[in-house]
Amino acid sequence: MAMIEFKNVEKYYGNFHALKNINLEIEEGKTVVLIGPSGSGKSTLIRTINGLEQIQSGDLIVHGENLAKKKTDMNLLRKNVGMVFQHFNLYANKTVLENIMLAPRIVLKRDEKENRELAEKLLEMVGLADKGNSYPNMLSGGQEQRVAIARSLAMKPKVLLFDEPTSALDPEMIGDVLEVMKKIARDSDMTMVVVTHEMGFAKQVADQVIFMADGTIIEKSGAKEFFENPKEERAKKFLSQVLNH
Amino acid sequence: MINILTTHWSDFVHGFGITLLSSIIALIISMILGTGFAILEIVPNKLVNTIAHIYIQIFRNIPLLVVTMFFYVVVTQFVKMSGLVAGTIGLALYTSAFIAETVRAGILAVDKGQTEGARANGLTYWQTMRIIVLPQAFKIVIPPLGNQFINLVKNSSILAFVAGFDLMYQGNEIASTTFDTIDTYVVVGLFYLVITLPLSYYMRYLENKLA
Repeated sequence: MAMIEFKNVEKYYGNFHALKNINLEIEEGKTVVLIGPSGSGKSTLIRTINGLEQIQSGDLIVHGENLAKKKTDMNLLRKNVGMVFQHFNLYANKTVLENIMLAPRIVLKRDEKENRELAEKLLEMVGLADKGNSYPNMLSGGQEQRVAIARSLAMKPKVLLFDEPTSALDPEMIGDVLEVMKKIARDSDMTMVVVTHEMGFAKQVADQVIFMADGTIIEKSGAKEFFENPKEERAKKFLSQVLNH
Repeated sequence: MINILTTHWSDFVHGFGITLLSSIIALIISMILGTGFAILEIVPNKLVNTIAHIYIQIFRNIPLLVVTMFFYVVVTQFVKMSGLVAGTIGLALYTSAFIAETVRAGILAVDKGQTEGARANGLTYWQTMRIIVLPQAFKIVIPPLGNQFINLVKNSSILAFVAGFDLMYQGNEIASTTFDTIDTYVVVGLFYLVITLPLSYYMRYLENKLA
């Protein structure tokens, strides 16, 4: 069964047509990578999946809930859909541990002891066991992003969205974040949707690659197929630009 | 000056107490109302935004003396109130409009990513506002809030016009009975400084501590 399903989705910002007739199914447990030139609508598309952007027409069904319906409870949906942002968006007024424990405590009402144990386990998983009492502004970008991933994982979501998670990082920080993401893709049965410019990551981890340009999906295919034998002209041109430098 | 202070010590102290009491009550009420209207001005509901905007524009743009007189002369015909109560209400409402604008600016200055991060994490609008946005907003606006608090203390001298028995009122009384106007108003000024100077240094301390 599809975990995420777009049916004839249209999205406008004023007069700007950001998403044009999007049809897409993402199967449960798969890792899907969205690539394409900037301004192609990748980030907009991923942000519609947890309702940070609203769609104007069509249907968008996530974990059985249709986001196009007004009465759909976004707060309920977001328990099952986590998101990792380009600029981390950690709570600046909370410690690392509090960042991870806050939502499980007040949204899921998780037992405090269990909550702390899981938070500490997740911090260890992302290699930051000693940073629990630090504030976000004391961390490097790469560390912040790994905390942000741990924060999303603490909610035990069914779907995890990554919106350019390494684009704001210094080059030497990118590897650590990608390692964590690979670990999640490998070891968990979460559905992952990743907007990225990291082609190596896409090649290694993606079950499916979706290439977007000008608000439409130009090509979708398996990772191996896409990188070795792209069908569409736009995709070929894009790949030659990002791979040959 | 020492003379006027010693002969009218109890009047000064009484006035000082009233000024302090009125200021503290008005400060608490204006912080609650101000924060409330700041939030109402930005919640995603046009009607509520408009109501909050009208409230703020009314109390921000009408002189404090007019607001106070309205309560002391007009409202008191329906609900009996002393000058102290009328003045404190006027002071609280007037100041709340400025605090609302200050807090609103603070909320808007908090990075939008904080809200997106919290909402994506499953928090509701109100949980996000209360736990993530407001604490950061207050921190940002400590310096302008400090200004509002100091203005509030000084503006409490409005009570003198409505028989509020505050510091300024007592000063007027003492000056008109002793004719020692210079010394009296110097003492009154010093008493105001006893409240406003520590307040301004405390706000600066908070600013440095939380920065």
